[in-house]
Amino acid sequence: MKFRIEPDVRPVVTSALALSGAVGVFALAFGVLAVGAGASVWQTCALSFFAFTGASQMSAMSIVSTGGTVSAALGSGLLLAARNGVYGLALSPYFGESLGKRLLAAHFVIDETTAMMTAQTNPRLQKIAFWTTAIALFSLWNLGTLIGAVLGGSIDPHTYGLDVGFTAAYITMLVPHLRTSNGRIAAACGATLSVVLAPFLPVGLPILASGLAIFVGVRPQRAKTAA
Amino acid sequence: MNMSWTLVIWLSIGAYAFKMLGFVVVGSRKLPNVLAQCLMLIPAALLGAMVFNGTFTDAQSIAVDERAIGLIVAIIAAWRKLPLIVVVVLAAATTALLRAM
Repeated sequence: MKFRIEPDVRPVVTSALALSGAVGVFALAFGVLAVGAGASVWQTCALSFFAFTGASQMSAMSIVSTGGTVSAALGSGLLLAARNGVYGLALSPYFGESLGKRLLAAHFVIDETTAMMTAQTNPRLQKIAFWTTAIALFSLWNLGTLIGAVLGGSIDPHTYGLDVGFTAAYITMLVPHLRTSNGRIAAACGATLSVVLAPFLPVGLPILASGLAIFVGVRPQRAKTAA
Repeated sequence: MNMSWTLVIWLSIGAYAFKMLGFVVVGSRKLPNVLAQCLMLIPAALLGAMVFNGTFTDAQSIAVDERAIGLIVAIIAAWRKLPLIVVVVLAAATTALLRAM
Protein backbone atom coordinates (compact mmCIF):
# COMPACT_ATOMS: atom_id res chain seq x y z
CA MET A 1 0.00 0.00 0.00
CA LYS A 2 1.40 3.39 -1.02
CA PHE A 3 0.84 6.46 1.12
CA ARG A 4 1.31 8.97 -1.68
CA ILE A 5 -1.95 10.82 -2.14
CA GLU A 6 -3.02 10.93 -5.77
CA PRO A 7 -3.76 14.39 -7.26
CA ASP A 8 -7.49 13.87 -7.70
CA VAL A 9 -7.86 12.63 -4.14
CA ARG A 10 -6.03 15.56 -2.53
CA PRO A 11 -8.84 18.19 -2.77
CA VAL A 12 -11.34 15.67 -1.40
CA VAL A 13 -9.17 14.91 1.62
CA THR A 14 -8.36 18.60 2.17
CA SER A 15 -11.98 19.66 2.23
CA ALA A 16 -12.93 16.70 4.43
CA LEU A 17 -10.30 17.80 6.96
CA ALA A 18 -11.30 21.48 6.82
CA LEU A 19 -14.94 20.58 7.33
CA SER A 20 -14.07 18.29 10.24
CA GLY A 21 -12.00 21.01 11.88
CA ALA A 22 -14.95 23.39 11.80
CA VAL A 23 -17.24 20.71 13.20
CA GLY A 24 -14.68 20.07 15.97
CA VAL A 25 -15.06 23.68 17.08
CA PHE A 26 -18.80 23.21 17.04
CA ALA A 27 -18.38 20.12 19.23
CA LEU A 28 -16.44 22.23 21.70
CA ALA A 29 -19.43 24.55 21.97
CA PHE A 30 -21.76 21.56 22.34
CA GLY A 31 -19.64 20.15 25.19
CA VAL A 32 -19.68 23.42 27.12
CA LEU A 33 -23.40 23.97 26.54
CA ALA A 34 -24.44 20.40 27.39
CA VAL A 35 -22.61 20.38 30.72
CA GLY A 36 -24.09 23.81 31.38
CA ALA A 37 -27.52 22.30 30.70
CA GLY A 38 -26.97 19.76 33.49
CA ALA A 39 -25.49 16.73 31.69
CA SER A 40 -22.45 14.97 33.14
CA VAL A 41 -19.20 14.78 31.17
CA TRP A 42 -19.86 11.07 30.51
CA GLN A 43 -23.41 11.67 29.31
CA THR A 44 -22.25 14.44 27.01
CA CYS A 45 -19.51 12.26 25.52
CA ALA A 46 -21.80 9.25 25.19
CA LEU A 47 -24.25 11.33 23.17
CA SER A 48 -21.56 12.48 20.76
CA PHE A 49 -20.19 8.96 20.36
CA PHE A 50 -23.41 6.98 20.04
CA ALA A 51 -26.04 9.45 18.83
CA PHE A 52 -23.55 11.34 16.61
CA THR A 53 -25.95 13.85 15.13
CA GLY A 54 -25.35 17.45 16.19
CA ALA A 55 -28.67 19.25 16.03
CA SER A 56 -30.53 16.38 17.75
CA GLN A 57 -28.05 16.33 20.60
CA MET A 58 -28.30 20.09 21.07
CA SER A 59 -32.10 20.27 21.00
CA ALA A 60 -32.48 17.43 23.52
CA MET A 61 -30.07 19.21 25.88
CA SER A 62 -31.71 22.61 25.65
CA ILE A 63 -35.21 21.23 26.25
CA VAL A 64 -34.03 19.45 29.39
CA SER A 65 -32.20 22.56 30.58
CA THR A 66 -35.32 24.72 30.31
CA GLY A 67 -37.31 22.26 32.42
CA GLY A 68 -38.90 20.14 29.69
CA THR A 69 -39.56 16.44 30.22
CA VAL A 70 -37.26 13.70 28.99
CA SER A 71 -39.93 12.59 26.50
CA ALA A 72 -40.26 16.07 25.01
CA ALA A 73 -36.47 16.26 24.67
CA LEU A 74 -36.33 12.80 23.13
CA GLY A 75 -39.20 13.65 20.77
CA SER A 76 -37.54 16.72 19.33
CA GLY A 77 -34.13 15.01 19.19
CA LEU A 78 -35.59 12.10 17.23
CA LEU A 79 -37.57 14.34 14.92
CA LEU A 80 -34.34 16.09 13.98
CA ALA A 81 -32.59 12.74 13.54
CA ALA A 82 -35.25 11.61 11.07
CA ARG A 83 -33.61 13.52 8.22
CA ASN A 84 -30.62 11.20 8.41
CA GLY A 85 -33.02 8.51 7.24
CA VAL A 86 -33.59 10.53 4.08
CA TYR A 87 -29.83 10.95 3.59
CA GLY A 88 -29.51 7.19 3.93
CA LEU A 89 -31.95 6.80 1.06
CA ALA A 90 -29.86 9.12 -1.09
CA LEU A 91 -26.56 7.39 -0.25
CA SER A 92 -27.79 3.83 -0.35
CA PRO A 93 -27.11 3.24 -4.06
CA TYR A 94 -23.44 4.20 -3.63
CA PHE A 95 -22.74 1.32 -1.28
CA GLY A 96 -22.29 -2.36 -2.05
CA GLU A 97 -24.47 -5.19 -0.87
CA SER A 98 -22.35 -6.15 2.16
CA LEU A 99 -24.71 -5.83 5.14
CA GLY A 100 -21.90 -5.53 7.70
CA LYS A 101 -20.38 -2.57 5.87
CA ARG A 102 -23.78 -0.95 5.52
CA LEU A 103 -24.51 -1.31 9.23
CA LEU A 104 -21.18 0.35 10.05
CA ALA A 105 -21.50 3.08 7.42
CA ALA A 106 -25.03 3.88 8.63
CA HIS A 107 -23.66 5.37 11.86
CA PHE A 108 -21.84 8.03 9.83
CA VAL A 109 -24.74 9.09 7.62
CA ILE A 110 -25.14 12.79 8.57
CA ASP A 111 -25.35 16.20 6.85
CA GLU A 112 -21.61 16.52 6.20
CA THR A 113 -20.83 13.01 4.91
CA THR A 114 -23.86 13.18 2.62
CA ALA A 115 -22.82 16.55 1.23
CA MET A 116 -19.22 15.43 0.69
CA MET A 117 -20.10 12.13 -0.93
CA THR A 118 -22.79 13.42 -3.29
CA ALA A 119 -20.43 16.21 -4.44
CA GLN A 120 -18.06 13.66 -6.05
CA THR A 121 -18.47 12.38 -9.55
CA ASN A 122 -16.93 8.90 -9.62
CA PRO A 123 -17.47 5.89 -7.31
CA ARG A 124 -13.85 5.74 -6.16
CA LEU A 125 -13.81 9.40 -5.03
CA GLN A 126 -17.27 9.05 -3.55
CA LYS A 127 -16.07 6.25 -1.31
CA ILE A 128 -12.94 8.18 -0.31
CA ALA A 129 -15.01 11.31 0.40
CA PHE A 130 -17.46 9.43 2.59
CA TRP A 131 -14.89 7.57 4.66
CA THR A 132 -12.34 10.38 5.12
CA THR A 133 -15.11 12.73 6.20
CA ALA A 134 -16.65 10.07 8.44
CA ILE A 135 -13.41 9.20 10.22
CA ALA A 136 -12.01 12.74 10.58
CA LEU A 137 -15.32 14.26 11.56
CA PHE A 138 -16.22 11.53 14.06
CA SER A 139 -12.79 11.82 15.72
CA LEU A 140 -12.87 15.61 16.00
CA TRP A 141 -16.54 15.71 17.02
CA ASN A 142 -15.82 13.45 19.98
CA LEU A 143 -12.54 15.12 20.90
CA GLY A 144 -14.17 18.56 20.79
CA THR A 145 -17.08 17.34 22.92
CA LEU A 146 -14.74 15.96 25.58
CA ILE A 147 -12.67 19.13 25.83
CA GLY A 148 -15.79 21.32 25.88
CA ALA A 149 -17.49 19.17 28.52
CA VAL A 150 -14.46 19.24 30.81
CA LEU A 151 -14.10 23.02 30.43
CA GLY A 152 -17.85 23.58 30.77
CA GLY A 153 -18.01 22.24 34.32
CA SER A 154 -16.51 25.41 35.75
CA ILE A 155 -19.06 27.74 34.12
CA ASP A 156 -22.45 28.85 35.51
CA PRO A 157 -24.82 28.71 32.53
CA HIS A 158 -27.15 31.59 33.40
CA THR A 159 -24.45 34.08 34.44
CA TYR A 160 -22.46 33.49 31.28
CA GLY A 161 -25.47 33.56 28.96
CA LEU A 162 -25.02 29.95 27.80
CA ASP A 163 -28.75 29.58 27.09
CA VAL A 164 -28.37 32.26 24.44
CA GLY A 165 -25.19 30.49 23.29
CA PHE A 166 -27.44 27.54 22.36
CA THR A 167 -29.75 29.88 20.47
CA ALA A 168 -26.82 31.38 18.60
CA ALA A 169 -25.60 27.92 17.58
CA TYR A 170 -29.09 27.09 16.25
CA ILE A 171 -29.08 30.24 14.15
CA THR A 172 -25.87 29.22 12.38
CA MET A 173 -27.36 25.76 11.77
CA LEU A 174 -30.58 27.31 10.49
CA VAL A 175 -28.97 29.58 7.87
CA PRO A 176 -28.40 26.94 5.14
CA HIS A 177 -32.03 25.82 5.45
CA LEU A 178 -33.30 29.31 4.62
CA ARG A 179 -32.10 29.12 1.01
CA THR A 180 -35.38 27.66 -0.27
CA SER A 181 -38.75 29.36 0.09
CA ASN A 182 -40.19 26.21 1.69
CA GLY A 183 -37.35 26.30 4.23
CA ARG A 184 -38.08 29.93 5.08
CA ILE A 185 -41.81 29.32 5.45
CA ALA A 186 -41.25 26.21 7.58
CA ALA A 187 -38.84 28.11 9.85
CA ALA A 188 -41.24 31.04 10.24
CA CYS A 189 -44.22 28.76 10.97
CA GLY A 190 -42.17 26.69 13.42
CA ALA A 191 -40.96 29.81 15.20
CA THR A 192 -44.47 31.25 15.48
CA LEU A 193 -46.05 27.99 16.70
CA SER A 194 -43.36 27.49 19.34
CA VAL A 195 -44.07 30.86 20.97
CA VAL A 196 -47.85 31.04 20.49
CA LEU A 197 -48.39 27.56 21.93
CA ALA A 198 -46.10 28.11 24.94
CA PRO A 199 -48.80 29.27 27.39
CA PHE A 200 -51.02 26.28 26.57
CA LEU A 201 -48.62 23.31 26.52
CA PRO A 202 -46.06 21.89 28.98
CA VAL A 203 -42.45 23.07 28.43
CA GLY A 204 -40.80 21.33 25.46
CA LEU A 205 -44.02 20.32 23.70
CA PRO A 206 -44.41 23.59 21.74
CA ILE A 207 -41.12 22.77 20.01
CA LEU A 208 -42.35 19.30 19.15
CA ALA A 209 -45.69 20.73 17.94
CA SER A 210 -43.88 23.19 15.69
CA GLY A 211 -42.81 20.14 13.69
CA LEU A 212 -46.25 20.46 12.06
CA ALA A 213 -44.68 23.23 9.99
CA ILE A 214 -42.99 20.57 7.84
CA PHE A 215 -46.28 20.04 6.01
CA VAL A 216 -45.33 23.17 4.08
CA GLY A 217 -43.49 20.51 2.04
CA VAL A 218 -46.72 19.32 0.41
CA ARG A 219 -46.88 22.68 -1.34
CA PRO A 220 -46.35 21.76 -4.99
CA GLN A 221 -42.98 22.94 -6.28
CA ARG A 222 -43.99 22.53 -9.91
CA ALA A 223 -45.16 26.15 -10.12
CA LYS A 224 -42.27 26.80 -12.52
CA THR A 225 -43.44 24.37 -15.19
CA ALA A 226 -47.04 25.52 -14.85
CA ALA A 227 -46.14 29.14 -15.45
CA MET B 1 -31.73 19.83 35.86
CA ASN B 2 -32.64 16.20 35.49
CA MET B 3 -30.45 15.10 32.61
CA SER B 4 -30.85 11.37 32.54
CA TRP B 5 -29.21 8.33 31.01
CA THR B 6 -32.64 7.29 29.71
CA LEU B 7 -32.49 10.23 27.33
CA VAL B 8 -28.90 9.52 26.28
CA ILE B 9 -29.61 5.85 25.57
CA TRP B 10 -32.91 6.30 23.72
CA LEU B 11 -31.64 9.18 21.64
CA SER B 12 -28.62 7.09 20.64
CA ILE B 13 -30.74 4.08 19.71
CA GLY B 14 -33.28 6.23 17.89
CA ALA B 15 -30.68 8.21 15.95
CA TYR B 16 -29.01 5.02 14.73
CA ALA B 17 -32.37 3.46 13.88
CA PHE B 18 -33.22 6.39 11.59
CA LYS B 19 -29.83 6.28 9.87
CA MET B 20 -30.23 2.55 9.33
CA LEU B 21 -33.85 2.78 8.21
CA GLY B 22 -32.99 4.71 5.07
CA PHE B 23 -29.68 3.03 4.49
CA VAL B 24 -30.26 -0.63 5.18
CA VAL B 25 -33.97 -1.33 5.43
CA VAL B 26 -35.43 0.82 2.68
CA GLY B 27 -32.32 0.34 0.56
CA SER B 28 -32.71 1.41 -3.02
CA ARG B 29 -36.50 1.74 -2.92
CA LYS B 30 -37.74 5.30 -3.38
CA LEU B 31 -39.64 7.38 -0.86
CA PRO B 32 -42.63 9.35 -2.22
CA ASN B 33 -41.37 12.81 -3.24
CA VAL B 34 -43.79 14.73 -1.03
CA LEU B 35 -42.79 12.73 2.04
CA ALA B 36 -39.09 13.27 1.41
CA GLN B 37 -39.70 17.00 0.92
CA CYS B 38 -41.54 17.24 4.23
CA LEU B 39 -38.86 15.30 6.09
CA MET B 40 -36.14 17.60 4.77
CA LEU B 41 -37.97 20.58 6.27
CA ILE B 42 -37.71 19.21 9.81
CA PRO B 43 -34.49 21.08 10.65
CA ALA B 44 -35.86 24.41 9.37
CA ALA B 45 -39.07 24.07 11.40
CA LEU B 46 -37.47 22.82 14.61
CA LEU B 47 -34.43 25.11 14.58
CA GLY B 48 -36.73 28.09 13.98
CA ALA B 49 -38.86 26.89 16.88
CA MET B 50 -35.90 26.43 19.22
CA VAL B 51 -34.54 29.89 18.46
CA PHE B 52 -37.86 31.63 19.16
CA ASN B 53 -39.07 29.41 21.99
CA GLY B 54 -35.68 29.71 23.68
CA THR B 55 -35.68 33.49 23.37
CA PHE B 56 -39.26 34.60 23.91
CA THR B 57 -40.68 32.20 26.48
CA ASP B 58 -40.00 31.70 30.17
CA ALA B 59 -41.53 28.43 31.38
CA GLN B 60 -45.14 28.79 30.17
CA SER B 61 -45.26 32.53 29.66
CA ILE B 62 -44.17 34.77 26.82
CA ALA B 63 -41.27 37.02 27.80
CA VAL B 64 -39.00 39.60 26.23
CA ASP B 65 -35.73 40.19 28.12
CA GLU B 66 -31.92 40.29 27.74
CA ARG B 67 -32.08 37.16 25.57
CA ALA B 68 -33.75 39.13 22.77
CA ILE B 69 -30.69 41.40 22.54
CA GLY B 70 -28.42 38.33 22.53
CA LEU B 71 -30.52 36.91 19.68
CA ILE B 72 -30.17 40.09 17.63
CA VAL B 73 -26.39 40.02 18.13
CA ALA B 74 -26.32 36.36 17.04
CA ILE B 75 -28.38 37.07 13.92
CA ILE B 76 -26.11 39.96 12.90
CA ALA B 77 -22.98 37.87 13.57
CA ALA B 78 -24.32 34.89 11.58
CA TRP B 79 -25.43 37.20 8.78
CA ARG B 80 -21.89 38.65 8.63
CA LYS B 81 -20.74 35.00 8.19
CA LEU B 82 -18.58 35.03 11.32
CA PRO B 83 -17.34 31.60 12.46
CA LEU B 84 -19.70 29.60 14.69
CA ILE B 85 -17.61 29.94 17.82
CA VAL B 86 -17.51 33.75 17.43
CA VAL B 87 -21.28 33.91 16.93
CA VAL B 88 -21.84 31.81 20.07
CA VAL B 89 -19.37 33.78 22.21
CA LEU B 90 -20.68 37.20 21.08
CA ALA B 91 -24.30 36.27 21.80
CA ALA B 92 -23.53 34.69 25.17
CA ALA B 93 -21.23 37.54 26.23
CA THR B 94 -23.79 40.22 25.32
CA THR B 95 -26.45 38.44 27.35
CA ALA B 96 -24.10 37.88 30.27
CA LEU B 97 -23.12 41.55 30.27
CA LEU B 98 -26.76 42.71 30.25
CA ARG B 99 -27.61 40.28 33.05
CA ALA B 100 -24.74 41.58 35.16
CA MET B 101 -25.95 45.18 34.88
